[in-house]
Amino acid sequence: MSADRIYLYKRYERFWHWSQAVLVIFMLFTGFEVHGTYHLLGFKTAVVYHTLTAWTLLTLWAFTIFWQFTTGEWTQYIPTIKKVDAMIRYYSIDIFKHAPSPYKKTSAKKHNPLQRLAYLAVLAMISPLIWGSGLLYLFFSSWSDFGLDKYLSLEGVAMLHTAGAYMMLVFVIAHVYLTTTGHTPLAHIKTMITGWEDAEDEH
Amino acid sequence: MAKEGLSRVRGWVLFAILFLSNCAFATETVVLDTIAPPGSISLPAKANAPVGQRTPQDHSNFKQLQGPFTAPEQVTKACLSCHTDAGKQVMSTLHWTWKAWNPKTKQMIGKSQVYNTFCVSPVSNEQFCTVCHVGYGSTDPEKFIPFEQRTENQVDCLVCHDTTRDYRKMPFLGGNPAMEKIAVKPGCNEVYGTDKPYVLPLDLSKIARKVSAPSRANCGGCHFYGGGGDGVKHGDLDSSLLNPTHELDVHMDAKGLNFPCQQCHQTSNHKVSGSHYNIDANPKEGAIMSGSGHNGNAATCQSCHSQTPHHGNKLIEKQIADTLNTHTRAIACETCHIPEFARGGKPTKMDWNYATAGKLAPNGSPLVIEDEKGRNTYWGVKGSFLWGDNVVPEYRWFNGTERWMHIGDKIQPDKNGVVSINDIEGTPQDGKIWPFKISRNNQPYDTENKVLTVFHSFGFDPESFTMAYDWQRAITAGMKVANLPYSGHYDFVRTQMYWPIAHMVAPKTKALACAQCHVDNGRLAAIDGVYMPSRSKDHQSWIERIGMLAVVLTLAGVLIHGLIRIVVWLRRKSN
Ligand code: HEM
Repeated sequence: MSADRIYLYKRYERFWHWSQAVLVIFMLFTGFEVHGTYHLLGFKTAVVYHTLTAWTLLTLWAFTIFWQFTTGEWTQYIPTIKKVDAMIRYYSIDIFKHAPSPYKKTSAKKHNPLQRLAYLAVLAMISPLIWGSGLLYLFFSSWSDFGLDKYLSLEGVAMLHTAGAYMMLVFVIAHVYLTTTGHTPLAHIKTMITGWEDAEDEH
Repeated sequence: MAKEGLSRVRGWVLFAILFLSNCAFATETVVLDTIAPPGSISLPAKANAPVGQRTPQDHSNFKQLQGPFTAPEQVTKACLSCHTDAGKQVMSTLHWTWKAWNPKTKQMIGKSQVYNTFCVSPVSNEQFCTVCHVGYGSTDPEKFIPFEQRTENQVDCLVCHDTTRDYRKMPFLGGNPAMEKIAVKPGCNEVYGTDKPYVLPLDLSKIARKVSAPSRANCGGCHFYGGGGDGVKHGDLDSSLLNPTHELDVHMDAKGLNFPCQQCHQTSNHKVSGSHYNIDANPKEGAIMSGSGHNGNAATCQSCHSQTPHHGNKLIEKQIADTLNTHTRAIACETCHIPEFARGGKPTKMDWNYATAGKLAPNGSPLVIEDEKGRNTYWGVKGSFLWGDNVVPEYRWFNGTERWMHIGDKIQPDKNGVVSINDIEGTPQDGKIWPFKISRNNQPYDTENKVLTVFHSFGFDPESFTMAYDWQRAITAGMKVANLPYSGHYDFVRTQMYWPIAHMVAPKTKALACAQCHVDNGRLAAIDGVYMPSRSKDHQSWIERIGMLAVVLTLAGVLIHGLIRIVVWLRRKSN
């Protein structure tokens, strides 16, 4: 069995994944408090943590983008529509029959086609939306220095940011659930912790 | 394996350090920037020191001031014998003319030109009101000599420069001090400044030899008592500021900075800066810094503190400071830093109803009613009152421009039937959110000519309201002096007046907290035109609805998907 193990996620990748997970969940938690959805930490604390975490996440991303390109890992996110239909069929029908996933992960292709599309959406849409609006929000008082105040309103920026936050929340929920769809419910999570993916047991 | 585990742990520890070092904050103190540390601010001479502490003269030795003086004008003449231009300077200021030109609205305003919601107008009541005028020369209670007709020697130097606190101007003497023993009118002890039934003559020479730069007591002698009593008018100015605690006012704190009024109200050539009639704040133009070429004496917070007043050194503090600084674009400093006014234990008059005035007690004197706190809620001479202390201000957009109702202007009641004595201007585009005391009254107006009436409230003649309690006679007399037509028909109309709040700056720990505004139904609930995170009224309802729906559908989807998987799995297991 151990011969079938593959080393899927390198150490930096796992570090990046988990710290990002914690930070994003924390951003959601503090962000929606800033938004006024609930009152748990207190508005001021939520703002302070939200901003601090934003900078931390920014730092993490800077390193990660560098890592993605130096290691060539970025190619993992190139989308493909090949086998997307098979994946959809798998998640909506075959999974209940306990059939194995039609997609075999390899260290060169870690994500299934559906995953790639989802991550691309996060990368290409949700993140830029949140980052762009978040940075504008943060530097609100400097808008006039760049003449931006003529084109932007805080309300509009906050709207985009909030829309991005809702999308991110949807992604996180779906993402967390899908981690349980490995050959055992915790298999994917274990892989992301240890880096090693066990070959699927046939049972 | 063990080695790998170890380095994995090391990675996480490193990350934790990175994250936590960001959060290494001991205390969250954001400091307000001042142009100079308190110790280096040059305070004017102490109240009991002679003028020009830093220059070699000592007024107590001056021959000219040895007296004896039999009339206050003689003192002024002595002052002017050295300070040759001082008289002319004073006579060119608001303190003398009671007039101010407002370049923003091109209006001539000032006490003598506009109405207010307290005693309505000094016109026809000057012999009483001039107790707070920097002049002499009208000692006949029935005869007012217009200020323009008076001379330099009639400027009152002592009222601002006295340090003995013995100097006092008397009502019905045209603002002269007592030069002989005079009797106090019953019920008027507060204006005469004594609890005895008489006032003794003053030794003007003794007072003149001790002159100095004005202290809070000098300015406060008039400005704390506007509207007919301690704290009545402004709400942020009352006698508690003579010796305030740090809690009450950080700048005037008697044991701390102990600023005199002119530390902010910078004065040159006897022209005191900063006035309700000439507001320096001009949000559109940004901060006018102290000493700047144009209006370098401006009495605004930013003149010393700048437009980005919050500073923090440690990371968290800096971040909070930066966040707070984003607020200065839309919010006046006073809004957060004066969380309540009338905090010094002196209540302020919030509402005054003239319509009920005139009731007498069984003994024939004006009826007086007090509430359980000993506050005067009714006085036959003036009507009924509501008082407030620790009052939460009302907030409005304000761009520094007020449009005053000129005496004789037609009333224009708003949709609630309320007439604004002064309308404040300002929008989210050109103003800031400002705290106000809005004082309200119900005062007489001419129902046919539609003007607020001027009436003769104070005097010893039978036309005055205080003598006859007859509105018809008091209004007729007042309108005549004001040169206004009077139809003979009056009624009462609700009025309101805006008082921008600027004093009683609380310690930063008592400033408004974020969540006092960033919440539904917070302090700024009534303010529109600005996006405030956390207020649901600022949200776009369609984004909220679609967002929530998407989240709920996703949750439902994964739950159902998961449930089916569990059911299938259980079935398979039992097979
Ligand atoms: C997963 C990531 C994030 C989520 C889910 C998120 C969510 C939110 C939400 C819901 C709000 C409240 C918006 C409102 O009601 O006006 C908010 C506020 C804000 N967000 Fe984010 N956000 C995220 C990332 C970021 C990033 C990366 C930045 C900056 C680069 C940022 C900067 C801000 C700022 C400046 C505010 C305004 C309150 C404050 O000053 O803290 N956010 N965020």
